[in-house]
Amino acid sequence: MDSTVATGSEENVWGGGNRPLGASYGKLMMWFFLVSDALTFSGFLAAYGFSRFKFIETWPIADEVFTHVPFFHGNFPMYYVAFMTFILIMSSVTMVLAVDAGHKMKKNAVIWYMFLTIIGGAIFVGSQAWEWATFISGDYGAVETKGGRILQFVKADTGERAALADFAKEISSDREAHERKNGIWYYDEGYQTSYNLNEVVAGLKANPNILIRTELINEEGEKTLLNREETLAKINDGVMVVEGANLVRNEYGSRLFADFFFFITGFHGFHVFSGVMINLIIFFNVILGTYEKRGHYEMVEKVGLYWHFVDLVWVFVFTFFYLV
Amino acid sequence: MAHEHKLEIFRGLVKFKSNTSKIWGVLIFLTIVTTVEVALGIVKPAVLIQNTFLGMKILNWIFIILTLVKAYYIAWDFMHLRDEKTALRRAIVWTPIFLVAYLVFILLLEADYVYEVYKTGFVEWNF
Repeated sequence: MDSTVATGSEENVWGGGNRPLGASYGKLMMWFFLVSDALTFSGFLAAYGFSRFKFIETWPIADEVFTHVPFFHGNFPMYYVAFMTFILIMSSVTMVLAVDAGHKMKKNAVIWYMFLTIIGGAIFVGSQAWEWATFISGDYGAVETKGGRILQFVKADTGERAALADFAKEISSDREAHERKNGIWYYDEGYQTSYNLNEVVAGLKANPNILIRTELINEEGEKTLLNREETLAKINDGVMVVEGANLVRNEYGSRLFADFFFFITGFHGFHVFSGVMINLIIFFNVILGTYEKRGHYEMVEKVGLYWHFVDLVWVFVFTFFYLV
Repeated sequence: MAHEHKLEIFRGLVKFKSNTSKIWGVLIFLTIVTTVEVALGIVKPAVLIQNTFLGMKILNWIFIILTLVKAYYIAWDFMHLRDEKTALRRAIVWTPIFLVAYLVFILLLEADYVYEVYKTGFVEWNF
């Protein structure tokens, strides 16, 4: 750490032979990178804010989107995201403990704390992947209108959300799959939903218990529920069935929400993944005794800064995606 | 350098004996803050949602302020900015704060303008 310590006596801070900021070159460069990365993430989150303010009345409500916990059925808004947040903060703690042990030259403690950090990071990335998978496959299904808005369905008697499978009518029809060898070779069929629009519309008309919920948020902060008459009128705007979320369609509401979700959490997840990889490299170096020979554990400190930064970004992503 | 740590947090209100115990102390604090955030996010108390302050729901103000508090302790104690020289700390912290505040101000103001244009019906979008 102090490999370039000035040999002369203490002199004026800017007089040369001294480090005005008291930090090594490597640490300064890590901070330089982190500041620029912070600006990149801020740009993404500010762009998210822009789109959200633009469609402030129709933006999806996060607690209605992320309601899943692995191995449990039911409606658990936020619990799993809170768990992920805790895991990441916890791995930040083991990282800073590793840095602290490094200062005291305790090799074995550094090894154990870095190991725990890597495990925490892996759990976080795994959870994020699981959350993506659930978001992509969706749960209830919806109808998209001409204007690209989403119509969801609710059971009138219980007020619960209705899945397409609950009311759509099976209409048998002959449908031949488009194959590239028979059809237009550059045109793929794309994904097919489990029901087509006609089946959903027929089911809706036959089932008086089903109402449409629009994207519009009312004064109580809930999505607007149409009455039966309005429902039957509104379904005429529908052009296609949507199941799950991807970069083009999103059954939960505004497609921009899904775009930003995949992009920002994806970019953050990539940072976490890289962080785990870098941690792993440093972890093996610690085991091999590289830093013991070097006489200091500053590399652990530098990778620690990166790891805490990932946690820091998540704190903001958590707030602006799930809470606000 | 970072060998000697400043061990007090909350402006000297809480002092720790060692850096390790300070780390655990900060973890407990961050966990409490996160738990409060999640609990508020699930319960959504009506008082905090119906009342607004400077055009934003009070609940959202609470979330944003608590987030900044968490960010402060992560940067100050986990990234040990607390132990760095003042010049380094200010260079790292004030550069993004200035640029981000500027960017957010411009984008949100512009987005609000776009929203008004849609709302007053010059552009049809909800159909």
